[in-house]
Amino acid sequence: METLEHELRSHPFVGDLQPAYLTLLASLARNVEFAAGAFLFREGARADRCYLLREGRVALEIATMARGHIIVQTLGAGEVAGFSWLLEPHEWQFDGRAIEPVRAVALDGDAVRAKCEEDPRLGFELMRRFAHLATGRLQSTRLRLLDVYGTAHATPH
Amino acid sequence: MQPRTEAARAQQPWLDREPWRVTATRRESHDTVTLELEPPAGRTFSFQPGQFNMLYAFGVGEVPISVSGDPEAPGPVRHTIRDMGAVTHALCARQAGQEVGVRGPYGTHWPVAEAEGGDVVVVAGGVGMPPMRSAFYHLIAHRDRYRRIVLLYGARTPADLLYPDELSSWRGRFDLDVQVTVDTAAGDWRGGVGVVPDLIGSAPFDPAATTAFMVGPEVMMRFTIRALMRAGVPDERIFLSAERNMHCAAAMCGHCQIGPFFVCRDGPVFSCRALGPWLRRREA
Amino acid sequence: MHHGSQRVIARADLDHLLAAIARRGFRLIGPTVRDGAIVYDDIWTSADLPAGWTDEQDGGHYRLRRRDDEALFGYAVGPQSWKRYLFPPTSVVWRSGQDRAAAEAEAQAGPPMAFIGVRSCELRAIAIQDRVFLGGQHVDPVYAGRRESAFLVAVNCGTAGGTCFCVSMDAGPKAESGFDLALTELMDGGRHEFLVEPGTGRGADVLNEVTSRPAGRPDTQAADLVTERTAASMGRQLDTGGIKDLLYDNFEHPRWDDVASRCLTCGNCTMVCPTCFCFSITEVTDLAGTEAEQQRSWDSCFTVDHSNLHGGPVRVSGRSRYRQWMTHKLATWIDQFGTSGCVGCGRCITWCPVGIDITEEAAAIRASDGDTGGGIGGNP
Repeated sequence: METLEHELRSHPFVGDLQPAYLTLLASLARNVEFAAGAFLFREGARADRCYLLREGRVALEIATMARGHIIVQTLGAGEVAGFSWLLEPHEWQFDGRAIEPVRAVALDGDAVRAKCEEDPRLGFELMRRFAHLATGRLQSTRLRLLDVYGTAHATPH
Repeated sequence: MQPRTEAARAQQPWLDREPWRVTATRRESHDTVTLELEPPAGRTFSFQPGQFNMLYAFGVGEVPISVSGDPEAPGPVRHTIRDMGAVTHALCARQAGQEVGVRGPYGTHWPVAEAEGGDVVVVAGGVGMPPMRSAFYHLIAHRDRYRRIVLLYGARTPADLLYPDELSSWRGRFDLDVQVTVDTAAGDWRGGVGVVPDLIGSAPFDPAATTAFMVGPEVMMRFTIRALMRAGVPDERIFLSAERNMHCAAAMCGHCQIGPFFVCRDGPVFSCRALGPWLRRREA
Repeated sequence: MHHGSQRVIARADLDHLLAAIARRGFRLIGPTVRDGAIVYDDIWTSADLPAGWTDEQDGGHYRLRRRDDEALFGYAVGPQSWKRYLFPPTSVVWRSGQDRAAAEAEAQAGPPMAFIGVRSCELRAIAIQDRVFLGGQHVDPVYAGRRESAFLVAVNCGTAGGTCFCVSMDAGPKAESGFDLALTELMDGGRHEFLVEPGTGRGADVLNEVTSRPAGRPDTQAADLVTERTAASMGRQLDTGGIKDLLYDNFEHPRWDDVASRCLTCGNCTMVCPTCFCFSITEVTDLAGTEAEQQRSWDSCFTVDHSNLHGGPVRVSGRSRYRQWMTHKLATWIDQFGTSGCVGCGRCITWCPVGIDITEEAAAIRASDGDTGGGIGGNP
């Protein structure tokens, strides 16, 4: 438990929560490992956990008929994979696959949500962090939609 | 009217053009070619990283192309060209033995000397990699003058990444930190997928002692600058290479102006401190 | 120029002055009436000058009117400036197969030119273009060849035009420097003479070959009066106090939308402006494709593709292009060249088809300095 708490404290996503919350979350967490190529989650399945990545790289992918798997985002140490657990319909929107061996702290999504209902302060703290994360992802996605490398200029011809 | 001096007489832009020979060509990607050009016998050529030459394709026209080779390496001068119009198309089609008109070098250079003693973050987006490469060669040739060196490189897809062999060898070094990201990739890609500005947050550099150099699409540069400044890098230590329409490269034709600056003479390398206000003005 | 060297010549002796210049191999270029305007063209004698003509100018308006005297220089400025001779609308800047010496010789080809009747604003404009084409690290061979040999006969304006504001731009109406000879037409008390001030040794040499008498107090005073009268009757005025920062700070002023709704982006202003210097280079080959040359021609920042990059132009809207022209002319030019780019000749006002007036636009922005359009959605 102490080591889990320590790991949470050193993860940028939750590290600055007050110690009582870190202890609480540690009780709802466990260390997990994925070999390269293994899936953390699959599109359509029930989303019931949150992965705080400590090591390795995770690809968020979409499987398509004509073009195989397309990677839409990669995430690495210090980042968070998966927040579909937080909001309805609690279903993964993408595949999450380890493309390098991954070590993470997995939070029990259902349990964390229940605690948030009991303690709105905790709920607010987590929601705030996820809102920040989501906005950042939205920003990145929008920038990629611009396809800046495609038609727009780069450097002298 | 004062009569012109001999030195001034020598600086007549179009008359400086000379025929250089293509010694080798190399296809870098589906739309990008590197030409190795040799000046006429007896002509010495030297440049600083960040500068460009005006390359002339007979019968088609002339465009500014950054020199992408090693400023300290002897031998043919390398230019990486993306096929995007009539002139670049003609240049990309040149074969060894053919001629290309060259005049230059023009413009300002990356302040590699001023960056010594601190960390350097080099950011390249898309076809921004060629002009950045000449600076990168300098940094690694004088590795001991710098602390950490970080290269962040973004492209559309893995197939658009330039110089993959060099990238691999740089990534393999323990004294360089190289991160590559693309907008989208197929499932077999093992690198990053995401935008370049997002790499800044986790890149290993000390903002208080960092100089940043960047070239890429203007949108990418704008957001990367924002990320760097948010991380604490001051704007006078962030340098970018700007691009504008150029006809003369002699600060006369007026096309390359951004506010009071002539990109061909006051740039293409600018500090964010100087150019920032003009980049923020829309349609400036 | 010390006043002791000033002379007075009679109207009848003006032709001797022109002849003395022509004898030295100069091609005389001066004002003449053609197509309802006073344009610059080859002249041979004073009979070619627009005697008895004046111009009536206002926003988008130019008419020639008869004077009630026979003054030779009793008008302001026509649509053209001397730039069309120093920086020709089209020229070849490079030819394949031509070596440097031949190219330089070609750049200087043709007899040297003498400009007759250069106004103070035009002298200032020439000095401004000198900085652009000669004053930097690179020199334009075509401009240099023509400029070095040009003989300038200035004229101190006796009439201010309806759109003139050289006084505001500190560019006139009196020619202070940069000329070989400066004339002031004196018609007080029924006479018709010219006070002539030499500005260079070769100007003095030419003057020596013409019958003249020393200038006395009545002559110099009459000339001063001409200048004073002209200075006092400027058609427009422009407050240049802090104008650089004014325009830099008002990049999103709603006035730009206002002028954009009127501006046709036709580029007339850039064509008639004596300091505008933008040009394009076009590659031209012969039919066989064995010879090529690069042709330079006047361009304008009002064209959509002036700021072209591969993704499209940077300045898409007409608003941004008008703003570019005016901000460059009055503000960024100062950072680039140390002076304003505007000499107050008023041509851009006269020759704008919709009469847009740069002095009015500057005043409007100054009047509501800091305005960003207000209300919801005003730009930061």
